[in-house]
Amino acid sequence: MQSAARRPLSASAIRWWTIAVLIVLWEVTARLFGDPSFVAPPSRVLAALIPTIFGDPKLTQALGMALFEMVTAFVLAVLAGATVGIAIGITTLGRRSLFPFVLLLFGLPQVTVLPLVILIFGLGPASRIAFGFTHGVLPIIVTTVTGMRTVNPLLLASARSQGASQAQILRHIIFPTMVASVFTGLRLAMSLTLLGVILAELFVSSNGIGNYTQIFAETFKPASLYAVILVLAITAVALNEIVGLVEKRFSRWKQG
Amino acid sequence: MLAQADAQLRLTSLVRAIQLAVVVALFAAWVWVTSSHAINPLFLPGPLPVVNALARLVGTPDFWAAVGVTTLTTSIAYAIAVTAGILLGFFIGRSPTLTAAYRPVLSGVFAIPLTLIFPLFVVMFGLGPPSKIAFGALYGFFPIVLNTIAGFSGIDPLFLRAARSQGASRAQTLRHIYLPGAWPVVLTGLRIGFFITFASVLGGETLSSASGVGHAIAHEGDLLDSPPMFAWIAIVLAVTVLLNLALTVVEKRAVRSA
Repeated sequence: MQSAARRPLSASAIRWWTIAVLIVLWEVTARLFGDPSFVAPPSRVLAALIPTIFGDPKLTQALGMALFEMVTAFVLAVLAGATVGIAIGITTLGRRSLFPFVLLLFGLPQVTVLPLVILIFGLGPASRIAFGFTHGVLPIIVTTVTGMRTVNPLLLASARSQGASQAQILRHIIFPTMVASVFTGLRLAMSLTLLGVILAELFVSSNGIGNYTQIFAETFKPASLYAVILVLAITAVALNEIVGLVEKRFSRWKQG
Repeated sequence: MLAQADAQLRLTSLVRAIQLAVVVALFAAWVWVTSSHAINPLFLPGPLPVVNALARLVGTPDFWAAVGVTTLTTSIAYAIAVTAGILLGFFIGRSPTLTAAYRPVLSGVFAIPLTLIFPLFVVMFGLGPPSKIAFGALYGFFPIVLNTIAGFSGIDPLFLRAARSQGASRAQTLRHIYLPGAWPVVLTGLRIGFFITFASVLGGETLSSASGVGHAIAHEGDLLDSPPMFAWIAIVLAVTVLLNLALTVVEKRAVRSA
């Protein structure tokens, strides 16, 4: 008989043990081998977290502004992306002629135009919202168009033959079948919007988050640098989680 | 039947006509907007200054130095991402327990803008290529490991049981069951991983660096010299499109041959 202790670990136990071991490893190597002007162990980062974030009201404000930029860029990207996506995807002709342009744009590394975006929109929040928007809008268009394609053509034909209006077709046939791909698009768009905003924030070193990462790096305060990064990473995880939760809610509603 | 094929053909030629019209209209708008000075030439220079800047740029040694740095940096970063991603993905993807344990963490981390970590890499590895190698390798690692896990964990366990019950060796199972099943998904990961590595290296060079293509673009921006900046952007975008076409062809061939 095998004893209970010999039972293999569950997946979640393995996951949490690995994370715990990695954190301990980081703590130990940072303390033993790390140069304290460049590397901070997690205990020091945690200790520096509150004083760093709330010690300087300008930094608190910059972090709040970053959150505002992320949410604004995401909302704008979803609204514009869904509108354009529906406009392109509603007809076969539109999809086949214009969709390749969207896919082409989606495959390009947008970071190459970052200096241009800063040149046009300036050093403030506008350029970050613009860059987050251009990152988020393309996945929304792509998943909207591909989602509309999965609509059963038989359903469309029967609705049309019974005199359904374009609005009724959208509401009763196209939207319900699109739910799954819409949420794939929302998740991808959120993650890319965050990327765009963060890239633009870090590129400008005269204000915003980029200013503080620069200062903390140059004044050898790794614990504060890690703390700012940790707060932004947690913000990103939280925003991604919100999209995931809305998705769960929505699919439950759809089933029952 | 014939009428249907005819309609299909007419649709295709209409599609091509619309696409051509879009390209021509965009180009005409570019010429019109820039020649009528409706837009600040700093934000959008005309086609002629950009072509001139492009011709001048390609002749300079600085151009080839920047291209060389970015090519080498991307290659090293990609090699690291591929090696780590495939090995770890294979190790995790073969075990359902490890897949359940690690896949959510890896995809969760991949959804965070990892660009956040770049300032740390600059602090640790300096302004030179090593910080971009670390950054590009880290970002490219995720799509490769996730697709490798998806490829190996997606193998039907029935096939594995059948192979084992017929006495297939480990090497035979790998060769005849695992590889053909996982290959297409892994390849997609390798392609996506390449473009993410490339974009990350460019991004790192744009954010803070003293060399490379990304640095060159940011530098022209700092000088408020937009024709060469647009020339650089055009080159990067053209290279990306060509590489994408080439890798898609390679991917299709490789899937067929497996």
